[in-house]
Amino acid sequence: MTTTLNINGKTETVDAAPGTPLLWVLRDHLKMTGTKFGCGVAQCGACTVHVDGSPTRSCITAHDTLGDVEITTIEGVTGNAADAIREVWVKNDVPQCGYCQSGQIMAATALLAENPSPSDADIDVAMSGNICRCATYMSIRRAIKEAAG
Amino acid sequence: MFLHNIGIIPGGTKNSAPASGERVITNLSRRGFVVGSSLFVVGVALAGCSSYEEPKIDPNAIELPEAGPSPLTEVKGGDATPALWIAIEESGTVKITCHRSEMGQQVWTSMAQIVADELEAAWDKVEIVQAEGHERYGDQNTDGSRSVRYNFHRLRIAGAAMKQMLVEAAAVYWKMKPSECSAAQGLVSNSQNSDTLSYGNLAKLAARLQVPEETDVTLKDPKDWRYINKEIPSLTIPRITRGEGTFGIDVDRPGMVHAVVARPPQLFGKTGAVRDADTLAIPGVVQTVKLPDPSAPALFQPLGGVAVVATDTWAAIQGRNALEVNWIDGPNASYDSETFAEQMKQTARRSGMVRRKRGNVASDLASATQKIEAEYYAPHLSQSPMEPPAATAEWDGEKLECWACVQDPQATRQTLSDLLKIDKENITVHATWLGGAFGRKSKPDFVVEAALIAKEVGKPVKVTWTREDEVRHGFYHSVSAQRLEAGLDANGKCTSYLHRTVFPPIASTFVPGMDVPTDGEMGLGATDVPFAMPNLQVESGNAKGHVRIGWLRSVSNIYHAFAVQSFAAEMAHAAGKDQKDYLLELIGDARKIDPNAEGATYPNYDASLEEYPIETARLTNVVNKVSDMAKWGRKMPAGHGLGIAVHRSFLSYIATIVEVAVTPEGTLTIPGVWLAVDSGTVINPRHTRAQMEGGTIYGLSNALFGEITAKNGAIVQENFPSWRVLRMEEAPWAFEVEIIKSNSAPAGVGEPATPPAAPALANAIFNATGHRIRTLPIIGANGSRLTLPTKATAQAEE
Repeated sequence: MTTTLNINGKTETVDAAPGTPLLWVLRDHLKMTGTKFGCGVAQCGACTVHVDGSPTRSCITAHDTLGDVEITTIEGVTGNAADAIREVWVKNDVPQCGYCQSGQIMAATALLAENPSPSDADIDVAMSGNICRCATYMSIRRAIKEAAG
Repeated sequence: MFLHNIGIIPGGTKNSAPASGERVITNLSRRGFVVGSSLFVVGVALAGCSSYEEPKIDPNAIELPEAGPSPLTEVKGGDATPALWIAIEESGTVKITCHRSEMGQQVWTSMAQIVADELEAAWDKVEIVQAEGHERYGDQNTDGSRSVRYNFHRLRIAGAAMKQMLVEAAAVYWKMKPSECSAAQGLVSNSQNSDTLSYGNLAKLAARLQVPEETDVTLKDPKDWRYINKEIPSLTIPRITRGEGTFGIDVDRPGMVHAVVARPPQLFGKTGAVRDADTLAIPGVVQTVKLPDPSAPALFQPLGGVAVVATDTWAAIQGRNALEVNWIDGPNASYDSETFAEQMKQTARRSGMVRRKRGNVASDLASATQKIEAEYYAPHLSQSPMEPPAATAEWDGEKLECWACVQDPQATRQTLSDLLKIDKENITVHATWLGGAFGRKSKPDFVVEAALIAKEVGKPVKVTWTREDEVRHGFYHSVSAQRLEAGLDANGKCTSYLHRTVFPPIASTFVPGMDVPTDGEMGLGATDVPFAMPNLQVESGNAKGHVRIGWLRSVSNIYHAFAVQSFAAEMAHAAGKDQKDYLLELIGDARKIDPNAEGATYPNYDASLEEYPIETARLTNVVNKVSDMAKWGRKMPAGHGLGIAVHRSFLSYIATIVEVAVTPEGTLTIPGVWLAVDSGTVINPRHTRAQMEGGTIYGLSNALFGEITAKNGAIVQENFPSWRVLRMEEAPWAFEVEIIKSNSAPAGVGEPATPPAAPALANAIFNATGHRIRTLPIIGANGSRLTLPTKATAQAEE
């Protein structure tokens, strides 16, 4: 079934089975592998993308429900919040293996865009859906606070 | 003619990995080094000397004697021939080969720091080439926290030797003595004039020179290091922030299909009747493939089952959901964690095999003023890297090429050769980036699955493990039961110590019926105990493996440090003394410990005790340092407690203090963690601190939540809801790391922070609440944070 999606400001036409989660459409059909598979059940956040700016778990979001929205992935996320997050991520070497970090960056970017001066509690609430087994949590917290200034 | 055997194929070839930009090195020169062939700009205008035009060297115009073979093939650590590790392109780009797997420990960066420092390369010219799996590189098993330890010396030699050859080439060109020339930041200059020659310009000439003997290679004085021991930024992280870089699960090949595998729920369960009609009706499903049933020992064989092959991963998963398989029970069908725990605890109450002995524990215990005893239990764990296992294989009827997130590409290649009966020379294994590993990706069973399916399907195949696959079909950290006993004299001083440890050994995965803990595992925190009491005995008890037992970040150190360091605090409590003071008393005077002198067979992480002794002074030092950092002894608010643990593993010494806060309702938070580490020479302090934080929190996660159990031979947990791991809101509020300055030989960094985390946490909980943790996990999968007995109820229990 052919579906037209707006991803990172571009129109993409994909032919995937109805109900196929956006995650696999991105990764297997569009070869956009920056968005990661971690659990498949919306528990780890590795697959986080933005749907109209809101952090969304692409592993449980059927692609064919997204015809009228703007989808943003790690490859395409831009703007002040994204720039600030990327800058502090690189400056402080926040990631370790990096696998969960696409999701971490998408979650942190959405947080900062919504709340430019998050408290510690705000950060924990916004980021606790994103698991990192390297346990970069301390670095992520420090970096978000630095990005918030 | 002199370059005829320096073979490097620039750029990607048809079969090279996507997005990784490797070069295929063939027919490697043993005498020169590798020269690439990218564009060269004649007349480089150099900052500060704009009138100077660097002449382009024509290496063919200069006569040189024929060079002999490289004398650097067998330096400490292996082959240090510059050609194996470094390729300088005419553009000046310095390509450094990293033969270890990048899994977040920043090994790309640390290997490059070592080579580039001695080479005097400009950092912005450095690029990393990931080596394929091949014996020419020596050990590639990225495991055991030893990438730096194994390679520090030989990579320094390789870099320094190449720098000397570049200097010598400049001297030849300028007709000067090498002593009149020197190199810095990718340029050679001389003492006679202001001319300079760049590395890219000199490379081809230098490649014709004789590689120097090791005794003629001068290494830098550590005070002159530019990159080593400096906080050099990661070479991988900028790409990660853009979603770039290729992990194993990201590999794509033309015409590739996707597979997931339905595996028997029990180890050595068999695949019976398969009904796949519904599976084949799923849009996108291409076919199913029955995989061979493995037989004992497990080794790195796949587990068998049925692969579902489809045009995308989702269709393969849907197809697997629709599959009906009659699984046939195997020899492990009765494995039940509850029953097994009881058996192991019983074993720990009986005399075991003596693995280290000092004095006479039995008679001293019998006459001790006070005798204390405790039993500890810790469950199976899963490594659970965020990237589950994933591998891609391509078979052309003769050659097999694989791309996978493997920690050991050589073992992967050997396993593929053994199990698929393909000549090793016809197998290529590319290590991608690893999205975490923690020991899981040392076991290449998932690559074998991809290869088996690719041979059957006739197309490139990527096998993806779902999280459920990873949790339910792993190589598990061993379950353990331990018993400790101690005798104290009238002053509370410990005079006898007995440690008995029972666990199914990792060797049970490799040797049928093997149930005796090995010297290697016993040497991870049991036989190397650094305590000074006059009577000491370490024993092991046997236990059989019923699932695949494998190594997980810091391995047996996890349960041994948990028991030994918890028991140290229990002794302190019994003696009425401070935990930290008592710990220092147990460690005793400054001395070197040789467990072999007391009947142990102690591997010392494959290092000699001469080069890497067990030094109690270094344990004492980190204990004192971390106590200062955490202000040990300060008055704590109600419900707060500090706990301390110290442990030497992977040749590093780490002391950790955890602060916990427990509310009257039993809700636990961790306001702070302090850690002091002495791991000898440190290549990158920033990345070392990251490993200290990460390793500690990995240990806290296991201790608080981690539990894998089996019922009827099958793993009960499935995914992150039931296999619980620590999240940001549960992480410590503050974390301070102090790296002890040291010129000692480099030791491990990736694993040793994990072992002291659990006992420091347990000791803190005791000091906050009076409740002693002897069974892990502390909370488990279902607790809402921590529900501990309050101090009042804990005292009532006693």
